Amino acid sequence: MKTNIQNTQLSRRQFVKGVTVASTAAALGTQIPRALANNEFISNNTEKFYPRQSLLSGTEFDLTIAEKRVNITGKTRVATLVNGSLPAPTLVFREGDTVTLRVKNELDVDSSIHWHGLILPTNMDGVPGFSFNGIKPGETYTYQFTIQQTGTYWYHSHSAYQEQTGVYGAIVILPKESEPAQSDYDYVVQLSDWSDTAPETIYANLKKMGDFYNIGQRTVGDFFNEVSEMGFAKAWENRKMWNTMKMTDRDLSDVSGATYTYLMNGLSPNAHWRAQIESGKKVRLRFINAAAMTFFDVRIPGLKMTVIAADGNLIQPVEVDEFRIGVAETYDVIVEPDSKQTSYAIFAQSIDRTGYAIGSLTTDANQIAETPEMDPLPILTMTDMGMDHGDMEGMRHAGHDMGSMNNNSMDHSGHDMGSMNNNSMDRSGHDMNSMNNHSDGHSDHNAPMAHETPDYSHALAMEKMKMGMDVSDVDHSKHSHNAQAMNVDLDSAVIPMDMNPQLPQMEVPRKEGPQIDMRAMGAKYRLDDPGVGLRNNGRRVLTYADLKNLYPTRHEPKPSKELVLHLTGNMERYMWSIDGIPFDEAPPLKFEYGERIRITFINDTMMNHPMHLHGVWSDLETGDENHIPRKHTIVVQPGAKISYRVTMDARGDWAFHCHMLYHMMGMFRRVQIR
Amino acid sequence: MKNLIQKPVSILIQAFFATTLITGIAQAGGERDPLLASLIVDNLEISNQENNPTAWAASAWVGKDWHKLYLKSEGESVQGKTESENQLLYSRPIEKFWDLQLGLAYDTTPEANQTWAAIGLQGLAPYFFETNALLLANSDGLGIRLESEYEALFTQKLILTPSIALSAYSFDNEKMGKGSGLSNLNIGLRLRYEITRKFAPYIGLTYNQFFGTTADYVKAEGGKEQETSLVAGVRFWF
Repeated sequence: MKTNIQNTQLSRRQFVKGVTVASTAAALGTQIPRALANNEFISNNTEKFYPRQSLLSGTEFDLTIAEKRVNITGKTRVATLVNGSLPAPTLVFREGDTVTLRVKNELDVDSSIHWHGLILPTNMDGVPGFSFNGIKPGETYTYQFTIQQTGTYWYHSHSAYQEQTGVYGAIVILPKESEPAQSDYDYVVQLSDWSDTAPETIYANLKKMGDFYNIGQRTVGDFFNEVSEMGFAKAWENRKMWNTMKMTDRDLSDVSGATYTYLMNGLSPNAHWRAQIESGKKVRLRFINAAAMTFFDVRIPGLKMTVIAADGNLIQPVEVDEFRIGVAETYDVIVEPDSKQTSYAIFAQSIDRTGYAIGSLTTDANQIAETPEMDPLPILTMTDMGMDHGDMEGMRHAGHDMGSMNNNSMDHSGHDMGSMNNNSMDRSGHDMNSMNNHSDGHSDHNAPMAHETPDYSHALAMEKMKMGMDVSDVDHSKHSHNAQAMNVDLDSAVIPMDMNPQLPQMEVPRKEGPQIDMRAMGAKYRLDDPGVGLRNNGRRVLTYADLKNLYPTRHEPKPSKELVLHLTGNMERYMWSIDGIPFDEAPPLKFEYGERIRITFINDTMMNHPMHLHGVWSDLETGDENHIPRKHTIVVQPGAKISYRVTMDARGDWAFHCHMLYHMMGMFRRVQIR
Repeated sequence: MKNLIQKPVSILIQAFFATTLITGIAQAGGERDPLLASLIVDNLEISNQENNPTAWAASAWVGKDWHKLYLKSEGESVQGKTESENQLLYSRPIEKFWDLQLGLAYDTTPEANQTWAAIGLQGLAPYFFETNALLLANSDGLGIRLESEYEALFTQKLILTPSIALSAYSFDNEKMGKGSGLSNLNIGLRLRYEITRKFAPYIGLTYNQFFGTTADYVKAEGGKEQETSLVAGVRFWF
């Protein structure tokens, strides 16, 4: 693989604008100490510790939230930090331990800490107003809970905008037994966004001018380029839809690099985070998106990344070149640096390409990798508005779709129950994806706006066709003898999922009005859509369709009810809501303890919304009943539909919200499990 | 006359603050719908006409998502003589891109002033035309004012704004210098450079045309029926 990376001697100038980096040695990343056989933590690995990225482990933790002056951009600003550290100290827990965390609030306003993705009692969840009143100034709140999971998570304030101003840190939970994914080096890579402007001001600016931070808007030149490309009539026709709807195809990120400096482990691109590697040694990188408002597209030019976990939970390893990480998501990847390069850039561009966070994996702390070029500005399509341009719901299996189905059935003509063995089953999942990518190509004859339209439901339908069975046929009770007869490894078998189950619908209030500026009339499942700006970019990009639980899930109960929620908003007015109703005007969503619910989101906006349900797991429907990945944050793509299952197995009041900091006040619900 | 203005204004202000100042408690995050205020000076400019008249067009508002109070003003001043059109309006979203605005309008000339009841629409027309339509009524008759402008971006900072404004009245008011029928057409073309999002100097060209009786009043005062001016100014808001 060709690469444009060269090692460059770190110049003095690159440091000047950076934060308070004293020496190159100091910028080396903090390794996560691995549990030893005797269950002791390595704690004297100090030469690899980065002082400002402190790490705490054990069962007793003292955290203090206080104001501290920081300098990220060259200007001094007041941040809110935990133990004076940006990001907050990485907390290393061990599965099965009961941890005690004393959190002292030295701010002059209320504060809180929420342990994002951790399964714990509701009064330990740390959301003010939800069985907990926040931590008053000067007070200490003692959190205590037993760790029931493993993997990469994070923690942050759930009060006001403190998450934007620095109250966020990583959580790494080591397994009690040995780690299935072995690595030689283990680093947290926490991405975030920093602004010198106060968050209240950012929000006010957005309220006054929805596109305040949009620095990639359409220009007259763009239109003339389109005219010269496709002729006036077509260019004008192309604009007409957007113009009459008064929407813009450049609306990617509400808050951009115009005000944000993107950080990797608290360091700006100038300060440049570095982590030590050795050729031939495996490196585990625990990516956490702790940004307030920024989606990142992450790649390491020159290296393949093997994704092994999503939101803390292990998945079947999948090798990719790039992944998009939504706000609050986490992905663990393994990379194996070879001797071709001595340093590799970890390059995390913001979704709107207005900036990036960057760091280096390097064999020499004095060497950093060259900064890759940013990709071009992504342009939203009608797909991202949930408009399918004549390809409406119900009609979509006609026409060109049949063609692509035929291709597929040829590929898999040998695929009957008899040949259903471990390997071929495994591969079929992958083939589906690649096939679907191809189908993007020949849907081109359709309107140019729809040319980026992958539709996962095709894949699902096809998968069902070729298997010649439906979900019930693969019921485990039937299979105990069938399996033997057919030599099927059921744990690795792909069991197609019914993506349109007929379930009793939960009633929720809905409201129309000026607070809603669009409807995704043709919203579809787009699980294998890497998203705007990443489609057909020549790189293998992770999609939700790639997430397959490492452990079989076919025994898990089916949902008994469905809750359909629309994510709604008005970008121009900067109002966000669910079903047209903001949090403070909405009744709680009530569930019975133990019931399993299918939650379907339809995104009636042009923004990605990472939806986070506290207290319980969100089991994402990806089309495979047997490998349902388990997440805590589900990104609902613009104009798309997505479904997941939740077992309501934690009593209490829980927060359920969009994790975009300036959306969440509206896109928020109280969930009550009784 | 004074009472006529004061009473409705005070009712308007009371009603506004009653609905607006109840601040929600922000517990789990930031405050969703904070009370905000803004001043937007769209134009503050000087023209190359005789005695270099200065002109302005500005609006200020205070409020929340669903209830805002607007004060709008535009006018021209030359050698200490000022003409202005002002409105105090309660504003409420009625459609995704449109606000309905209700209140009072108050016009001044060096000789006289007049008060109207006003109902207006402010918002974004298809093709991104920022539009203001105001219907005026008082005991003498009706008036209508329409304004629309478009922003064409050459770059993210260099922005050309063509604009058009029209006004018409149902009656003659010599003191105010406004005659019945189509009264005035103003076309502008302003090129601004946004040094910051909130501050931009500009240069521009404006064309102004008076019609009918209004044109007669203007000419009687020594003004021109039509004129093209070069303008320079600043646009700022906060």
